Amino acid sequence: MLSGKGGTGKTLVSTNLALCMEANYVDADVEEPNGFIFLKPKIENIDNVEVDIPSIDTNRCQKCYKCVSFCDFNALAIAKDDILVFDKLCHSCGGCKIVCDYGAISYKKKKIGIIEKGTCRNIKCLRGVLNIGEAISSSLVKKLLSNLSSEINIIDSAPGTSCNVVNTLSYAGCAILVTEPTEFGLHDLKRAITLVENLKIPFGVVINRVIKHDNIIKKYCENKNIKILGEINYDKKIAELYSNGNLLIDNDSYKKVFIDLSKNIKEHLLCR
Amino acid sequence: MQVTVLSGKGGTGKTTIAVGIAETIKNSIKIDCDVDAANMYLYYKGKQTEKESFYSGKTARINSDKCIRCGKCFRNCKFDAIKDYKVDSLKCEGCGICKLVCPVGAIEMFDNHVADIIEEKIKNGNLIRADMEIGADGSGRLITKLRSKVKNNNEIIIVDGSPGIGCPVISSVTDTDFCLIVTEPTLSGLNDLERLLELINSFKIKSLVCINKYDINCNMTEKVKDYCKERNIEIIGLIPYDDMVIKSINDLKPIISYQTSRAGREIKKIAEKIFKIYKEEYL
Repeated sequence: MLSGKGGTGKTLVSTNLALCMEANYVDADVEEPNGFIFLKPKIENIDNVEVDIPSIDTNRCQKCYKCVSFCDFNALAIAKDDILVFDKLCHSCGGCKIVCDYGAISYKKKKIGIIEKGTCRNIKCLRGVLNIGEAISSSLVKKLLSNLSSEINIIDSAPGTSCNVVNTLSYAGCAILVTEPTEFGLHDLKRAITLVENLKIPFGVVINRVIKHDNIIKKYCENKNIKILGEINYDKKIAELYSNGNLLIDNDSYKKVFIDLSKNIKEHLLCR
Repeated sequence: MQVTVLSGKGGTGKTTIAVGIAETIKNSIKIDCDVDAANMYLYYKGKQTEKESFYSGKTARINSDKCIRCGKCFRNCKFDAIKDYKVDSLKCEGCGICKLVCPVGAIEMFDNHVADIIEEKIKNGNLIRADMEIGADGSGRLITKLRSKVKNNNEIIIVDGSPGIGCPVISSVTDTDFCLIVTEPTLSGLNDLERLLELINSFKIKSLVCINKYDINCNMTEKVKDYCKERNIEIIGLIPYDDMVIKSINDLKPIISYQTSRAGREIKKIAEKIFKIYKEEYL
Protein backbone atom coordinates (compact mmCIF):
# COMPACT_ATOMS: atom_id res chain seq x y z
CA MET A 1 0.00 0.00 0.00
CA LEU A 2 1.71 3.17 -1.10
CA SER A 3 0.71 6.68 -1.99
CA GLY A 4 3.36 9.15 -3.08
CA LYS A 5 1.66 11.91 -1.10
CA GLY A 6 1.36 11.46 2.64
CA GLY A 7 -1.94 11.39 4.48
CA THR A 8 -4.06 10.00 1.65
CA GLY A 9 -5.31 7.03 3.67
CA LYS A 10 -2.78 4.20 3.36
CA THR A 11 -3.25 3.14 6.97
CA LEU A 12 -7.02 3.55 6.84
CA VAL A 13 -7.24 1.25 3.81
CA SER A 14 -4.54 -1.21 4.96
CA THR A 15 -5.96 -1.89 8.42
CA ASN A 16 -9.58 -2.28 7.35
CA LEU A 17 -8.64 -4.30 4.29
CA ALA A 18 -6.42 -6.66 6.28
CA LEU A 19 -9.33 -7.51 8.58
CA CYS A 20 -11.76 -7.78 5.71
CA MET A 21 -9.50 -10.14 3.73
CA GLU A 22 -8.23 -11.95 6.81
CA ALA A 23 -4.72 -11.07 5.67
CA ASN A 24 -1.70 -10.21 7.79
CA TYR A 25 -1.14 -6.52 8.49
CA VAL A 26 2.46 -5.29 8.27
CA ASP A 27 3.30 -1.67 9.13
CA ALA A 28 6.48 -0.74 7.25
CA ASP A 29 6.10 3.02 7.82
CA VAL A 30 8.71 2.62 10.55
CA GLU A 31 9.25 6.35 11.12
CA GLU A 32 5.59 6.92 11.96
CA PRO A 33 3.81 3.57 12.32
CA ASN A 34 0.14 4.13 13.09
CA GLY A 35 -1.67 0.95 12.10
CA PHE A 36 -1.62 -0.50 15.61
CA ILE A 37 -3.58 2.51 16.86
CA PHE A 38 -6.55 1.09 14.95
CA LEU A 39 -5.95 -2.65 15.20
CA LYS A 40 -4.84 -2.56 18.85
CA PRO A 41 -3.29 -6.04 18.58
CA LYS A 42 -2.32 -8.04 21.60
CA ILE A 43 1.48 -7.92 21.43
CA GLU A 44 3.03 -11.37 21.69
CA ASN A 45 6.62 -10.74 20.77
CA ILE A 46 9.08 -7.86 20.57
CA ASP A 47 12.43 -8.23 18.81
CA ASN A 48 15.25 -5.72 18.88
CA VAL A 49 16.74 -4.77 15.53
CA GLU A 50 20.45 -4.12 15.67
CA VAL A 51 23.06 -2.98 13.20
CA ASP A 52 26.87 -3.28 13.24
CA ILE A 53 28.77 -0.11 14.07
CA PRO A 54 32.59 0.04 13.92
CA SER A 55 34.59 0.37 17.07
CA ILE A 56 38.25 1.32 16.80
CA ASP A 57 40.90 -0.16 19.05
CA THR A 58 43.18 2.83 19.62
CA ASN A 59 46.06 0.60 20.73
CA ARG A 60 46.12 -1.18 17.42
CA CYS A 61 45.21 1.76 15.19
CA GLN A 62 48.27 3.10 13.38
CA LYS A 63 46.42 6.16 12.09
CA CYS A 64 46.79 5.33 8.43
CA TYR A 65 43.20 6.56 7.95
CA LYS A 66 42.49 4.05 5.21
CA CYS A 67 39.13 3.40 6.87
CA VAL A 68 38.24 7.10 6.78
CA SER A 69 39.05 7.42 3.10
CA PHE A 70 37.17 4.21 2.27
CA CYS A 71 33.93 5.19 3.99
CA ASP A 72 31.73 6.86 1.40
CA PHE A 73 29.05 7.71 3.95
CA ASN A 74 31.25 10.06 6.03
CA ALA A 75 30.63 7.87 9.06
CA LEU A 76 34.31 7.98 9.95
CA ALA A 77 36.15 11.27 10.34
CA ILE A 78 39.47 12.54 11.61
CA ALA A 79 39.33 14.88 14.59
CA LYS A 80 42.79 16.09 15.61
CA ASP A 81 44.52 12.72 15.35
CA ASP A 82 41.72 10.44 16.44
CA ILE A 83 39.10 8.75 14.33
CA LEU A 84 35.51 9.59 15.22
CA VAL A 85 32.62 7.26 14.41
CA PHE A 86 29.33 8.89 13.42
CA ASP A 87 27.10 5.89 13.96
CA LYS A 88 23.99 7.51 12.46
CA LEU A 89 25.69 7.84 9.09
CA CYS A 90 27.04 4.27 9.07
CA HIS A 91 25.43 1.83 6.62
CA SER A 92 27.12 -1.18 8.29
CA CYS A 93 28.75 -2.25 5.02
CA GLY A 94 31.75 -3.82 6.75
CA GLY A 95 34.30 -2.10 4.50
CA CYS A 96 36.32 -0.32 7.18
CA LYS A 97 37.25 -3.58 8.85
CA ILE A 98 38.44 -5.05 5.56
CA VAL A 99 40.66 -2.10 4.65
CA CYS A 100 42.27 -1.93 8.09
CA ASP A 101 45.73 -3.54 7.92
CA TYR A 102 46.15 -3.67 11.69
CA GLY A 103 43.01 -5.46 12.82
CA ALA A 104 42.00 -2.39 14.78
CA ILE A 105 38.34 -2.41 13.78
CA SER A 106 35.66 -4.63 15.22
CA TYR A 107 31.89 -4.21 15.21
CA LYS A 108 29.56 -3.67 18.07
CA LYS A 109 25.79 -3.92 17.93
CA LYS A 110 23.58 -0.86 18.05
CA LYS A 111 19.84 -1.07 18.46
CA ILE A 112 17.98 1.06 15.91
CA GLY A 113 14.43 -0.08 16.56
CA ILE A 114 12.09 -2.92 17.31
CA ILE A 115 9.76 -5.32 15.52
CA GLU A 116 6.49 -6.08 17.29
CA LYS A 117 4.26 -9.04 16.55
CA GLY A 118 0.73 -9.50 17.73
CA THR A 119 -2.78 -10.62 16.92
CA CYS A 120 -5.94 -8.64 16.33
CA ARG A 121 -9.13 -10.69 16.04
CA ASN A 122 -7.95 -13.46 13.74
CA ILE A 123 -5.17 -11.69 11.85
CA LYS A 124 -1.46 -11.44 12.52
CA CYS A 125 -0.08 -7.94 12.95
CA LEU A 126 3.51 -6.91 12.54
CA ARG A 127 5.24 -3.56 12.71
CA GLY A 128 8.67 -1.96 12.76
CA VAL A 129 9.31 1.04 15.00
CA LEU A 130 12.41 3.11 14.33
CA ASN A 131 14.17 4.66 17.30
CA ILE A 132 13.76 8.43 17.33
CA GLY A 133 16.88 10.14 16.01
CA GLU A 134 17.95 7.29 13.74
CA ALA A 135 18.36 8.45 10.16
CA ILE A 136 18.69 5.17 8.29
CA SER A 137 15.77 2.76 8.51
CA SER A 138 16.49 0.44 5.59
CA SER A 139 17.89 -2.41 7.70
CA LEU A 140 14.80 -2.29 9.93
CA VAL A 141 12.45 -2.43 6.93
CA LYS A 142 14.45 -5.30 5.40
CA LYS A 143 14.39 -7.27 8.66
CA LEU A 144 10.65 -6.67 8.99
CA LEU A 145 9.82 -7.80 5.47
CA SER A 146 12.35 -10.57 4.85
CA ASN A 147 10.54 -13.23 6.91
CA LEU A 148 6.91 -12.70 5.99
CA SER A 149 4.62 -15.70 5.94
CA SER A 150 3.35 -17.14 2.67
CA GLU A 151 -0.19 -15.90 3.38
CA ILE A 152 -1.46 -12.61 2.03
CA ASN A 153 0.43 -9.75 3.68
CA ILE A 154 -0.81 -6.20 3.43
CA ILE A 155 2.21 -3.96 3.80
CA ASP A 156 1.52 -0.38 4.87
CA SER A 157 4.38 1.58 3.30
CA ALA A 158 5.96 4.93 4.13
CA PRO A 159 4.85 7.85 1.93
CA GLY A 160 6.98 9.17 -0.92
CA THR A 161 8.84 7.44 -3.71
CA SER A 162 12.39 7.26 -2.40
CA CYS A 163 14.61 4.56 -0.93
CA ASN A 164 12.28 3.40 1.87
CA VAL A 165 9.42 2.78 -0.53
CA VAL A 166 11.68 1.08 -3.08
CA ASN A 167 12.93 -1.14 -0.29
CA THR A 168 9.39 -2.08 0.67
CA LEU A 169 8.37 -2.72 -2.94
CA SER A 170 11.20 -5.18 -3.44
CA TYR A 171 9.19 -7.55 -1.21
CA ALA A 172 5.81 -6.87 -2.85
CA GLY A 173 3.97 -8.99 -5.39
CA CYS A 174 1.56 -6.24 -6.29
CA ALA A 175 0.83 -2.67 -5.24
CA ILE A 176 -2.20 -0.64 -4.26
CA LEU A 177 -1.80 3.11 -4.70
CA VAL A 178 -4.00 5.19 -2.43
CA THR A 179 -4.63 8.74 -3.54
CA GLU A 180 -7.04 11.64 -3.18
CA PRO A 181 -8.73 13.65 -5.94
CA THR A 182 -6.63 16.83 -5.63
CA GLU A 183 -3.88 18.31 -7.80
CA PHE A 184 -1.35 17.32 -5.12
CA GLY A 185 -2.71 13.80 -4.97
CA LEU A 186 -2.48 13.43 -8.75
CA HIS A 187 1.00 14.95 -8.95
CA ASP A 188 2.39 12.52 -6.39
CA LEU A 189 0.36 9.57 -7.71
CA LYS A 190 2.07 9.99 -11.08
CA ARG A 191 5.44 9.54 -9.37
CA ALA A 192 4.24 6.45 -7.52
CA ILE A 193 2.87 4.99 -10.79
CA THR A 194 6.20 5.56 -12.53
CA LEU A 195 7.94 3.80 -9.65
CA VAL A 196 5.77 0.66 -9.73
CA GLU A 197 5.88 0.58 -13.53
CA ASN A 198 9.69 0.81 -13.47
CA LEU A 199 9.75 -2.09 -11.04
CA LYS A 200 7.22 -3.99 -13.19
CA ILE A 201 4.87 -4.53 -10.25
CA PRO A 202 1.18 -4.98 -11.09
CA PHE A 203 -0.92 -2.31 -9.41
CA GLY A 204 -4.28 -0.63 -9.04
CA VAL A 205 -5.54 2.62 -7.53
CA VAL A 206 -7.83 3.40 -4.61
CA ILE A 207 -9.33 6.89 -4.56
CA ASN A 208 -10.05 8.20 -1.08
CA ARG A 209 -12.15 11.25 -0.10
CA VAL A 210 -14.16 11.25 -3.29
CA ILE A 211 -16.46 14.27 -3.52
CA LYS A 212 -17.34 14.18 -7.20
CA HIS A 213 -17.59 10.83 -8.92
CA ASP A 214 -16.06 12.37 -12.01
CA ASN A 215 -12.70 13.64 -10.69
CA ILE A 216 -9.15 14.27 -11.91
CA ILE A 217 -7.79 10.95 -10.64
CA LYS A 218 -10.53 9.00 -12.34
CA LYS A 219 -9.99 10.83 -15.61
CA TYR A 220 -6.27 10.23 -15.41
CA CYS A 221 -6.62 6.53 -14.65
CA GLU A 222 -9.23 5.96 -17.35
CA ASN A 223 -7.01 7.71 -19.85
CA LYS A 224 -4.02 5.59 -18.93
CA ASN A 225 -6.01 2.37 -18.61
CA ILE A 226 -5.18 2.04 -14.94
CA LYS A 227 -7.50 -0.11 -12.84
CA ILE A 228 -9.44 1.71 -10.13
CA LEU A 229 -9.89 -0.89 -7.40
CA GLY A 230 -12.08 1.11 -5.12
CA GLU A 231 -13.41 4.49 -4.10
CA ILE A 232 -14.10 5.81 -0.63
CA ASN A 233 -16.47 8.75 -0.49
CA TYR A 234 -15.61 11.86 1.43
CA ASP A 235 -17.56 11.64 4.67
CA LYS A 236 -17.14 13.61 7.89
CA LYS A 237 -18.19 10.54 9.85
CA ILE A 238 -15.19 8.61 8.45
CA ALA A 239 -12.87 11.43 9.50
CA GLU A 240 -14.36 11.29 12.98
CA LEU A 241 -14.06 7.49 13.30
CA TYR A 242 -10.48 7.68 12.05
CA SER A 243 -9.55 10.51 14.40
CA ASN A 244 -10.57 8.42 17.40
CA GLY A 245 -8.64 5.37 16.20
CA ASN A 246 -11.72 3.37 15.18
CA LEU A 247 -12.01 0.91 12.32
CA LEU A 248 -14.47 1.47 9.50
CA ILE A 249 -15.41 -2.17 8.92
CA ASP A 250 -17.08 -2.28 12.32
CA ASN A 251 -19.63 0.10 10.88
CA ASP A 252 -22.10 -1.58 8.52
CA SER A 253 -22.39 1.41 6.23
CA TYR A 254 -18.67 1.31 5.39
CA LYS A 255 -18.05 -2.42 5.45
CA LYS A 256 -19.27 -2.89 1.89
CA VAL A 257 -16.57 -0.58 0.51
CA PHE A 258 -13.91 -2.95 1.83
CA ILE A 259 -15.72 -6.11 0.76
CA ASP A 260 -15.91 -4.72 -2.79
CA LEU A 261 -12.29 -3.63 -2.63
CA SER A 262 -11.21 -7.11 -1.47
CA LYS A 263 -13.08 -8.66 -4.39
CA ASN A 264 -11.47 -6.33 -6.89
CA ILE A 265 -8.02 -6.96 -5.46
CA LYS A 266 -8.48 -10.70 -5.62
CA GLU A 267 -9.80 -10.49 -9.14
CA HIS A 268 -7.34 -8.01 -10.63
CA LEU A 269 -4.13 -8.36 -8.65
CA LEU A 270 -3.99 -11.66 -6.80
CA CYS A 271 -5.23 -13.89 -9.62
CA ARG A 272 -2.34 -13.05 -11.89
CA MET B 1 15.02 33.89 9.62
CA GLN B 2 14.44 30.28 8.77
CA VAL B 3 11.25 28.44 9.70
CA THR B 4 10.81 24.79 8.81
CA VAL B 5 7.27 23.43 8.46
CA LEU B 6 6.97 19.79 9.53
CA SER B 7 4.28 17.37 10.60
CA GLY B 8 5.40 13.82 11.35
CA LYS B 9 2.24 12.45 9.81
CA GLY B 10 1.76 13.11 6.11
CA GLY B 11 -1.10 15.06 4.61
CA THR B 12 -1.81 17.33 7.56
CA GLY B 13 -1.45 20.51 5.51
CA LYS B 14 2.24 21.47 5.55
CA THR B 15 2.35 22.82 2.01
CA THR B 16 -0.94 24.72 2.24
CA ILE B 17 0.26 26.41 5.42
CA ALA B 18 3.87 27.00 4.30
CA VAL B 19 2.66 28.69 1.11
CA GLY B 20 -0.03 30.57 3.06
CA ILE B 21 2.56 32.00 5.45
CA ALA B 22 4.97 32.86 2.64
CA GLU B 23 2.24 34.72 0.75
CA THR B 24 1.60 37.13 3.64
CA ILE B 25 4.93 38.83 3.02
CA LYS B 26 6.40 40.65 0.04
CA ASN B 27 9.62 38.78 -0.21
CA SER B 28 10.77 35.38 0.91
CA ILE B 29 12.78 32.37 -0.14
CA LYS B 30 10.78 29.19 -0.27
CA ILE B 31 12.58 25.86 -0.17
CA ASP B 32 10.67 22.68 -0.90
CA CYS B 33 12.45 20.01 1.12
CA ASP B 34 9.69 17.42 0.66
CA VAL B 35 11.84 16.24 -2.21
CA ASP B 36 10.07 13.05 -3.19
CA ALA B 37 6.59 14.54 -3.17
CA ALA B 38 7.36 18.17 -3.98
CA ASN B 39 4.18 20.15 -4.50
CA MET B 40 5.07 23.73 -3.59
CA TYR B 41 6.11 24.71 -7.11
CA LEU B 42 2.64 23.88 -8.44
CA TYR B 43 1.45 27.19 -6.97
CA TYR B 44 3.98 29.30 -8.85
CA LYS B 45 4.70 30.18 -12.43
CA GLY B 46 8.30 31.18 -12.02
CA LYS B 47 11.22 31.89 -14.28
CA GLN B 48 14.01 29.38 -13.88
CA THR B 49 17.26 31.12 -12.95
CA GLU B 50 19.45 28.14 -12.21
CA LYS B 51 19.49 24.42 -12.79
CA GLU B 52 22.14 22.11 -11.47
CA SER B 53 22.55 18.35 -11.55
CA PHE B 54 23.01 16.83 -8.13
CA TYR B 55 24.89 13.61 -7.64
CA SER B 56 25.07 11.70 -4.38
CA GLY B 57 26.25 8.23 -3.58
CA LYS B 58 27.47 5.62 -5.99
CA THR B 59 26.35 2.41 -7.64
CA ALA B 60 28.61 -0.50 -8.51
CA ARG B 61 28.84 -1.95 -12.00
CA ILE B 62 30.52 -5.25 -12.90
CA ASN B 63 32.44 -5.52 -16.13
CA SER B 64 31.54 -9.02 -17.29
CA ASP B 65 34.55 -9.22 -19.62
CA LYS B 66 36.91 -8.93 -16.67
CA CYS B 67 34.84 -10.83 -14.08
CA ILE B 68 36.20 -14.29 -13.18
CA ARG B 69 33.08 -15.19 -11.16
CA CYS B 70 34.99 -15.83 -7.94
CA GLY B 71 32.03 -14.82 -5.77
CA LYS B 72 33.91 -12.48 -3.43
CA CYS B 73 31.73 -9.52 -4.37
CA PHE B 74 28.38 -11.01 -3.44
CA ARG B 75 29.74 -12.80 -0.37
CA ASN B 76 30.92 -9.47 1.03
CA CYS B 77 27.91 -7.39 -0.03
CA LYS B 78 25.74 -6.65 3.02
CA PHE B 79 22.84 -5.44 0.91
CA ASP B 80 22.12 -8.52 -1.28
CA ALA B 81 22.70 -6.26 -4.24
CA ILE B 82 24.64 -8.70 -6.42
CA LYS B 83 22.98 -11.64 -8.13
CA ASP B 84 24.50 -13.66 -11.00
CA TYR B 85 27.33 -11.13 -11.15
CA LYS B 86 24.94 -8.29 -11.88
CA VAL B 87 24.30 -5.36 -9.57
CA ASP B 88 20.73 -4.51 -8.58
CA SER B 89 21.01 -0.72 -8.62
CA LEU B 90 18.01 -0.32 -6.32
CA LYS B 91 19.59 -2.45 -3.62
CA CYS B 92 23.18 -1.23 -4.00
CA GLU B 93 24.00 1.37 -1.34
CA GLY B 94 27.29 2.33 -2.98
CA CYS B 95 29.66 1.35 -0.17
CA GLY B 96 32.32 0.10 -2.60
CA ILE B 97 33.14 -3.10 -0.73
CA CYS B 98 32.68 -5.22 -3.89
CA LYS B 99 35.21 -3.10 -5.74
CA LEU B 100 37.55 -3.41 -2.77
CA VAL B 101 37.46 -7.21 -2.66
CA CYS B 102 37.42 -7.89 -6.42
CA PRO B 103 40.79 -9.46 -7.25
CA VAL B 104 40.70 -8.58 -10.95
CA GLY B 105 39.46 -4.99 -10.93
CA ALA B 106 36.19 -5.85 -12.67
CA ILE B 107 34.04 -3.50 -10.60
CA GLU B 108 33.70 0.24 -10.97
CA MET B 109 31.66 2.70 -8.95
CA PHE B 110 29.51 5.29 -10.76
CA ASP B 111 28.03 8.48 -9.32
CA ASN B 112 24.24 8.51 -8.91
CA HIS B 113 22.24 11.32 -10.42
CA VAL B 114 19.75 12.01 -7.63
CA ALA B 115 18.03 15.19 -8.73
CA ASP B 116 18.09 18.42 -10.66
CA ILE B 117 18.17 21.37 -8.32
CA ILE B 118 16.08 24.21 -9.67
CA GLU B 119 15.98 27.84 -8.59
CA GLU B 120 13.14 29.98 -9.79
CA LYS B 121 12.40 33.69 -9.56
CA ILE B 122 8.76 34.05 -8.60
CA LYS B 123 6.61 37.11 -8.01
CA ASN B 124 7.45 37.53 -4.36
CA GLY B 125 10.87 36.03 -3.97
CA ASN B 126 12.59 32.81 -4.93
CA LEU B 127 11.74 29.15 -4.93
CA ILE B 128 14.39 26.48 -4.50
CA ARG B 129 13.35 22.92 -5.22
CA ALA B 130 14.50 19.59 -6.53
CA ASP B 131 13.22 17.44 -9.32
CA MET B 132 14.19 14.14 -7.81
CA GLU B 133 14.73 10.89 -9.67
CA ILE B 134 11.95 8.49 -8.79
CA GLY B 135 13.18 5.81 -6.43
CA ALA B 136 16.48 7.59 -5.73
CA ASP B 137 18.41 7.42 -2.49
CA GLY B 138 20.14 10.31 -0.76
CA SER B 139 17.34 12.72 0.06
CA GLY B 140 19.19 13.83 3.22
CA ARG B 141 22.23 15.06 1.31
CA LEU B 142 19.99 16.61 -1.33
CA ILE B 143 18.10 18.61 1.30
CA THR B 144 21.33 19.85 2.85
CA LYS B 145 22.35 20.99 -0.64
CA LEU B 146 19.01 22.74 -1.27
CA ARG B 147 19.26 24.64 1.99
CA SER B 148 22.87 25.65 1.27
CA LYS B 149 21.65 27.52 -1.82
CA VAL B 150 20.52 30.39 0.39
CA LYS B 151 23.38 32.81 0.55
CA ASN B 152 21.86 35.58 2.63
CA ASN B 153 20.52 34.48 5.98
CA ASN B 154 18.86 37.86 6.60
CA GLU B 155 16.06 36.91 4.31
CA ILE B 156 12.92 35.17 5.41
CA ILE B 157 13.22 31.52 4.48
CA ILE B 158 10.24 29.18 4.59
CA VAL B 159 11.13 25.49 4.38
CA ASP B 160 8.42 22.99 3.48
CA GLY B 161 9.56 19.75 5.08
CA SER B 162 8.77 16.12 4.50
CA PRO B 163 6.71 13.75 6.66
CA GLY B 164 8.34 11.24 8.98
CA ILE B 165 11.26 11.58 11.38
CA GLY B 166 14.10 10.06 9.34
CA CYS B 167 16.98 11.45 7.32
CA PRO B 168 15.08 14.04 5.23
CA VAL B 169 13.55 15.53 8.37
CA ILE B 170 16.84 15.54 10.26
CA SER B 171 18.46 17.33 7.30
CA SER B 172 15.59 19.84 7.14
CA VAL B 173 15.78 20.93 10.77
CA THR B 174 19.54 21.23 11.24
CA ASP B 175 20.33 24.92 11.86
CA THR B 176 16.79 26.13 11.34
CA ASP B 177 15.64 28.91 13.69
CA PHE B 178 12.47 27.13 14.62
CA CYS B 179 9.95 24.57 13.46
CA LEU B 180 6.27 25.03 12.83
CA ILE B 181 4.60 21.68 13.29
CA VAL B 182 1.29 21.12 11.59
CA THR B 183 -0.76 18.42 13.25
CA GLU B 184 -4.35 17.23 13.11
CA PRO B 185 -6.68 16.19 15.91
CA THR B 186 -6.46 12.44 15.30
CA LEU B 187 -4.79 9.70 17.33
CA SER B 188 -2.37 9.16 14.44
CA GLY B 189 -1.58 12.87 14.29
CA LEU B 190 -0.90 13.02 18.02
CA ASN B 191 1.24 9.87 17.98
CA ASP B 192 3.36 11.26 15.13
CA LEU B 193 3.58 14.68 16.77
CA GLU B 194 5.01 13.09 19.92
CA ARG B 195 7.73 11.30 17.96
CA LEU B 196 8.58 14.39 15.93
CA LEU B 197 8.77 16.67 18.98
CA GLU B 198 11.16 14.27 20.66
CA LEU B 199 13.39 14.41 17.61
CA ILE B 200 13.34 18.22 17.36
CA ASN B 201 13.94 18.63 21.08
CA SER B 202 17.08 16.52 20.77
CA PHE B 203 18.39 19.22 18.41
CA LYS B 204 17.44 21.92 20.92
CA ILE B 205 15.35 23.74 18.35
CA LYS B 206 12.21 25.63 19.31
CA SER B 207 8.91 24.22 18.07
CA LEU B 208 5.56 25.90 17.58
CA VAL B 209 2.48 23.83 16.92
CA CYS B 210 -0.68 24.54 14.97
CA ILE B 211 -3.64 22.18 14.79
CA ASN B 212 -5.18 21.94 11.36
CA LYS B 213 -8.89 21.03 11.00
CA TYR B 214 -9.09 21.34 14.77
CA ASP B 215 -12.88 21.20 14.72
CA ILE B 216 -13.20 17.70 13.20
CA ASN B 217 -12.58 16.30 16.68
CA CYS B 218 -12.59 18.85 19.50
CA ASN B 219 -11.86 16.23 22.19
CA MET B 220 -8.73 15.20 20.38
CA THR B 221 -7.79 18.86 19.90
CA GLU B 222 -7.93 19.24 23.68
CA LYS B 223 -5.64 16.22 24.04
CA VAL B 224 -3.10 17.73 21.63
CA LYS B 225 -3.30 21.02 23.52
CA ASP B 226 -2.76 19.28 26.87
CA TYR B 227 0.17 17.36 25.50
CA CYS B 228 1.83 20.55 24.25
CA LYS B 229 1.05 22.45 27.43
CA GLU B 230 2.76 19.80 29.57
CA ARG B 231 5.87 20.23 27.47
CA ASN B 232 5.72 24.02 27.37
CA ILE B 233 5.17 24.12 23.64
CA GLU B 234 3.14 26.98 22.33
CA ILE B 235 0.08 26.33 20.18
CA ILE B 236 0.03 29.27 17.82
CA GLY B 237 -3.05 28.50 15.86
CA LEU B 238 -6.20 26.45 15.48
CA ILE B 239 -7.16 26.23 11.84
CA PRO B 240 -10.80 25.30 11.21
CA TYR B 241 -11.90 22.72 8.66
CA ASP B 242 -12.68 24.63 5.50
CA ASP B 243 -13.88 23.21 2.15
CA MET B 244 -12.14 26.14 0.51
CA VAL B 245 -8.76 24.49 1.19
CA ILE B 246 -9.45 21.68 -1.29
CA LYS B 247 -10.68 24.28 -3.77
CA SER B 248 -7.47 26.27 -3.30
CA ILE B 249 -5.33 23.19 -3.94
CA ASN B 250 -7.26 22.39 -7.09
CA ASP B 251 -7.14 26.03 -8.25
CA LEU B 252 -3.42 26.04 -7.30
CA LYS B 253 -3.89 29.37 -5.53
CA PRO B 254 -2.66 30.14 -2.00
CA ILE B 255 -5.43 29.76 0.56
CA ILE B 256 -4.89 33.27 1.94
CA SER B 257 -5.96 34.77 -1.40
CA TYR B 258 -9.54 33.64 -0.67
CA GLN B 259 -10.95 36.51 1.38
CA THR B 260 -13.82 34.48 2.80
CA SER B 261 -11.73 31.45 3.81
CA ARG B 262 -11.80 30.85 7.54
CA ALA B 263 -8.69 28.68 7.29
CA GLY B 264 -6.93 31.40 5.30
CA ARG B 265 -7.70 34.03 7.96
CA GLU B 266 -6.26 31.82 10.71
CA ILE B 267 -3.12 31.11 8.68
CA LYS B 268 -2.60 34.87 8.28
CA LYS B 269 -2.78 35.23 12.05
CA ILE B 270 -0.29 32.40 12.49
CA ALA B 271 2.10 34.14 10.08
CA GLU B 272 1.85 37.41 12.06
CA LYS B 273 2.57 35.56 15.30
CA ILE B 274 5.58 33.78 13.82
CA PHE B 275 7.15 37.00 12.59
CA LYS B 276 6.48 38.64 15.96
CA ILE B 277 8.06 35.75 17.87
CA TYR B 278 11.03 35.89 15.57
CA LYS B 279 11.54 39.63 16.17
CA GLU B 280 11.22 39.23 19.93
CA GLU B 281 13.38 36.18 20.38
CA TYR B 282 15.92 36.15 17.61
CA LEU B 283 16.72 39.77 16.71
